Amino acid sequence: MNKITINNSSYEIKRAKIIKTRKLTETEKLFDVSLFNGESLDHEPGQFIEASLFGAGEAPISIASSPTRRDSFELCVRAIGKFTTAMHRLDVGDEIGVRGPFGKGFPVRILFGKDLILIAGGLGIAPLRSLINFVMDNRRDFGIVNILLGCKTPQNMLFGDEVEKWEKRMDVNFNCSVDQASPEWAGNVGLITSLIPGVTIIPDRTFAVVVGPPVMYKFVIKELISKKVPENQILVSLERHMKCGLGKCGHCQIHSIYCCQDGPVFTYDQIKNLKGAI
Amino acid sequence: MNYKILQKGNLDNFITALSARMKVVAPVKRGYGNYSFEDVKNSKEISLKYVPTVLPPKKYFMPQYETLIEYDTKTGQKMQAVVEFEKMVLFGVHTCDIAGIQCLDIVFTDRPRDLNYLIRRNEILIIGIECNEYCDSFANCAMMDTHMPSGGYDIFFTDLGDYFVADIHTQAGDDLINGTNLFDEPKGYHLKALDALRLKKREIFRNEVGIDRNELPDLFVKGFEANVWNDIGKRCLACGNCTNVCPTCYCFDVDDIPNLDLKTGKRVRIWDSCQSEPFAKVAGGESFRKERSDRKRHRFNRKFKYPVDRNNHFFCTGCGRCSRTCMASINLKETIRQLYQECSAL
Repeated sequence: MNKITINNSSYEIKRAKIIKTRKLTETEKLFDVSLFNGESLDHEPGQFIEASLFGAGEAPISIASSPTRRDSFELCVRAIGKFTTAMHRLDVGDEIGVRGPFGKGFPVRILFGKDLILIAGGLGIAPLRSLINFVMDNRRDFGIVNILLGCKTPQNMLFGDEVEKWEKRMDVNFNCSVDQASPEWAGNVGLITSLIPGVTIIPDRTFAVVVGPPVMYKFVIKELISKKVPENQILVSLERHMKCGLGKCGHCQIHSIYCCQDGPVFTYDQIKNLKGAI
Repeated sequence: MNYKILQKGNLDNFITALSARMKVVAPVKRGYGNYSFEDVKNSKEISLKYVPTVLPPKKYFMPQYETLIEYDTKTGQKMQAVVEFEKMVLFGVHTCDIAGIQCLDIVFTDRPRDLNYLIRRNEILIIGIECNEYCDSFANCAMMDTHMPSGGYDIFFTDLGDYFVADIHTQAGDDLINGTNLFDEPKGYHLKALDALRLKKREIFRNEVGIDRNELPDLFVKGFEANVWNDIGKRCLACGNCTNVCPTCYCFDVDDIPNLDLKTGKRVRIWDSCQSEPFAKVAGGESFRKERSDRKRHRFNRKFKYPVDRNNHFFCTGCGRCSRTCMASINLKETIRQLYQECSAL
C-alpha cells in the first residue's frame, strides 16, 4: 500500500481560533471564532460548517452570525453529543478546525425588498440569527420585518440581550411566546403558532422563514398557508446529520435530496411532497 | 473494436506475467459456494466461472476503512490529508460489477470531487470477463441491462472454449498485453463465435422480473406507501449485509482514531449502512428513518428512483448480492414484483 499526501482534499480543515465565548444557558454556549491568517469565512446566512476537533470528530454546526461581520463568525453549540460536549470544554485561545461553509443558505437576494416573517423555535434561533442580523445590518433593503420567537421556558431563551434590542427597535415587529411561563414572565404563553394571527400579511410580497424543531414546522406552515402566504415563499431550514457536508456520505439524504448540498434551506413547495422531510 | 486471442493454455503465463509487474486480484473459490476477490499469482487460483463474490470489487475502490487525514494536535489542530492506494489489476470482473464501479465513479466525480477515490481508481486496471450464462437465479442483470459488456474496462475477456477473445478497450489495456507475446490476431471464425455467443445470450438472458426498468422510477413513486415495505420491514434484521455487499452502496461514516498519546491520530472513512437505525439520527435524538420499513424503502429507492432523478442512472446492477446474502430472505426481484402487483391493483 502506498500513501501520498495531498492538498485540496475536501476533508482538509482550516485552523481557527476561539476569540470569545459566552455561556447562553445551562446547555448552550456561544463561540466567536476567527480563521487563521485573517481569512474570512465568507458565508451566506443559513449556511453551516463542519466543526472539527481531532480526537472527538466533526459535527455540522450552523453559523449563528451575519456575514456582515467579516472578521469572525459565531457558533451556538448545545452540549448534546460527544463532539459538542468536547467543544464546550474549549475556551478563548483554543483552536478548532473548520470545513465549509456548506449548503444553500437563505436566498437573501430574493428576499430584498420583501416583507419578512422570521419565525424561530428553540435552537432554531441559532441559524435564523444569521439572517436576522443580516437584515438588521441592511434594514432599509427590506420591507416590513416581523420576528416571532418561541421557546420552552424563559430560562431557555437564547440571545436574550439581542432579543431585547430587537423588541425595542421601531423598524421591527417583534413578538415572542413561551410554552411554560415563570412567575416573572410578562409575555405570551402558548405555542408559536398563536403569534401568527397577529401579523399583518400581504401574501404576494411576504416571505416567511421558519426554523425550529421538526414538530414546529407542520403547524406553523399550516397557519402561514391559511394566511395565503405562497408555498414557494415559505422557507425552512432542515436539520439532518450532515456528516461529510459533501453530498456523499448519505446520512442527511431526504429522498433524492442531499440536505447538506441542496439545503439546508428549502422552500416549502420543494419539500412538501417528500414524506418525512418535515 | 480491437480484438486479440489468448489461447486458454496461455492464461497462466499471462497471469504470471501480470503478477510480475503488479498486484493481481481475481475471483477465488472460498468454500460453501462462496467466492472472493483475492490476490493471485497464477491462474490455478482463479475461478473463471463464479457466482458474484461475497464483496464486490468496491472494496478496492472504496476500502471499508481508509485514512483521510493524519493529525497532530500537540501545538494546534495540525493535519495532513493523505491518500492510500495500490497499483493493481482486477482480473475476471463481471459486467454487473463493472457497472457498479461506473456508479461509484458517478458519485465520487460529482462535485465536490473525492480525491481519495479518484487517485485510487486511476491506479486500478480492470479486465472483465463475460458471463456466458446466468450465475444463479438471484441475478437480475438482464432487467438492468448489465449482462452485456458496454465499456468500463481496459480489457474484456470472453471465454469461448479453448481460447478467450480479448477486447482491448484502452491504451492501458494494450500496454498490459504488449510484450507478453501471448496474444494472437483474431481469425474470422473467432469473431463469428463471439457473435454467436452474444446472439445466444439474448435468448438466455431475459428480463427476470418482467417489468421494464424504465417504469420503475414511477412505480416507486406510486408505491411509496405500499404494503410491501411493511412486509419486508417486518422481516428485515437491520444487519446491513445488503449494503455491505452492494456494489453501489457507498454511504460512509467518518471517525477519529487517536493514538495512545491522544495527541496524534488519524481521521478515517468507514463503510456505514442506511439500514442501521442511528444512520439518519440527529444529535437531539430525532430519527428520520426510525422504522426498518422506512429504511428498506429508502434503500430500494436509492437503487431505482433517487439516482435516476439525480444522474439518470440506475444504481442496481442486477448482481443479486443483496438477495443472496439476506438472512431474512428478502428478495429484490420478489419485492419489485410485489410492488408492481400492489400498484397495478390500485
